[in-house]
Amino acid sequence: MTTGNVRITLADLRGNARRRRKEQRMKATFFAAAGVSVVIGGLILFVLTRGAIQFLRQIDFGQLKDSGWFPRRDRFDLTTLLVASVIMGLIAMVVAVPVGLGTAIYLSEYAKPRVRSVIKPIIEVLAGIPSVVVGYFALRFIQPEIVERLFDPRSNKSMLAGGLGIGILVIPIMASISEDALRAVPHPLREASYGVGARKSTTTAKIVLPAAVSGLVAAFVIAVSRAIGETMVATMAGGPDGSGPFSRNPLEGGLTLTAAMTNAAGGTDQAVKGASFNALFFLGLVLFLLTMVLNLIGDRFVQRVRMKY
Amino acid sequence: MKQGAPHTVDNEQTSDSPLRGLSVPVSGTADANQAASTVFDIKDLSVFYGDFRAVRDVTLTIRQLEVTAFIGPSGCGKTTVLRCLNRMNDFIESARIEGSVLYHDVDLYDPAVNATEVRRRIGMVFQKPNPFPKSIYDNVAYGPRLLGTRSKSELDGIVEESLRGAALWAEVKDRLKQSGTGLSGGQQQRLCIARAIAVQPEVILMDEPCSALDPIATARIEDLMTEIKQKYTIVIVTHNMQQAARVSDRTAFFTTEINLQGDRRTGRLVEFDETRKIFSMPSDERTEAYVTGRFG
Repeated sequence: MTTGNVRITLADLRGNARRRRKEQRMKATFFAAAGVSVVIGGLILFVLTRGAIQFLRQIDFGQLKDSGWFPRRDRFDLTTLLVASVIMGLIAMVVAVPVGLGTAIYLSEYAKPRVRSVIKPIIEVLAGIPSVVVGYFALRFIQPEIVERLFDPRSNKSMLAGGLGIGILVIPIMASISEDALRAVPHPLREASYGVGARKSTTTAKIVLPAAVSGLVAAFVIAVSRAIGETMVATMAGGPDGSGPFSRNPLEGGLTLTAAMTNAAGGTDQAVKGASFNALFFLGLVLFLLTMVLNLIGDRFVQRVRMKY
Repeated sequence: MKQGAPHTVDNEQTSDSPLRGLSVPVSGTADANQAASTVFDIKDLSVFYGDFRAVRDVTLTIRQLEVTAFIGPSGCGKTTVLRCLNRMNDFIESARIEGSVLYHDVDLYDPAVNATEVRRRIGMVFQKPNPFPKSIYDNVAYGPRLLGTRSKSELDGIVEESLRGAALWAEVKDRLKQSGTGLSGGQQQRLCIARAIAVQPEVILMDEPCSALDPIATARIEDLMTEIKQKYTIVIVTHNMQQAARVSDRTAFFTTEINLQGDRRTGRLVEFDETRKIFSMPSDERTEAYVTGRFG
């Protein structure tokens, strides 16, 4: 221990300049990494908006309301696409929410560790199946074996088959994110509930689900976004190629926003500068806004009902 | 008492303890030490987690309207034994017991016994305050609602009585709709006590209820314990020997010993007696070493 004269100057406490600069550089690097997503997001929005404006200049607004989506005949009825997207999205969620949430509750609250260690990987594998495979499954199995057996077949594709396929695709996302949310609920809350004589089902319904609500809503919003944005299954099993009439009958085919975009991007025999090509950007923007609005609604809902644990 | 409950509880007990209304005294309050009847009779209890025997050879009786304290060093199995008393160990997949735990002469581990029914009669307060992320009111009303109480006025009454019983009413009566998690640690723990007594249990198990609290909050909980022991049988696990000495009538001292495999320690009961005897003239030297601070 030094006693007596201890001399400290500012220079002693300033530290090594090189290290300080290195620290600065590291910070800048990580900031840049985080910035990439923001820039890409901005770029996408810019390209979409530019194309969408071009598209809107090329057409009359009346063309946006002519029933049916027939780009080559200059009929761009947005409602036709929105209705198909919403119908398939709804069918998908009717499948995915109960099955996904049920799976999550089972895994988080009821399954023994050994059972869980079997089921969880299966769900993860399911999440990794390429959507084209599910699309094929929907087209070749769900449509002929289920839809056409139960109902009067009207075409070889249907929004019902597409929606069911999308539902299958979305189940793992719903299950996985919901399960994370449920497992994040602290165990002592469950014990407190059991401690006053609550059964497991009561504890799940009254304590665990309400406490996990923000995560569950997040799971739902992500699942809906995924369902609305799903392209392959919707194109393969859901509806007509490239153009189609307005329909709200789930047993008929329907052209979703995404399916219409795929076809526009495919180009067919259209000039690349044509309105039917620029429609791609317009639809992209609509899809973008749709998912954004869903996210905002989800956020608002969570703010309202959430109780912190 | 519900008809057709999977096990019957001593009739004298149930007819004396009213289902509702904390203000009605239970008979035998006065002079509890002498007149107390046995609530739990634990014989040769061992608890296993898989192949590992966590605690062994526990034989003790817990009497009505007394405070019984479990003390001992970490890992001695006192919490494990406490959690056997309301079947809370059921949630640990690998846990099983040998020996018997009789609650008013009914074997708690009889296959016909429904753990949910057990926990309605034997409440619990945990180490870390764990109020639900709900309003103060809903926290207390949770148990009564489970039991089917729907009437608003009845619930209001139970909530007030329970919060008064837990010495929390004065502090929260103007903010019953606010979240229970917004209270201070000591208030949260008293809220948990209110939640436990709202279902009118016969016994309250307390697992180190003050270990997360500061000395002032601890003192309030201890005061509360001496107050509510007029109506409830209390079993408390504590690391704090002074606390055991202050609040309990009887004390069980547990310790650990190297088990046969030699790799993990098994807890065992060393001595169980009146608290003043444990702290003044224990019959086992290990107890003496522990309570005088030479060990542990």
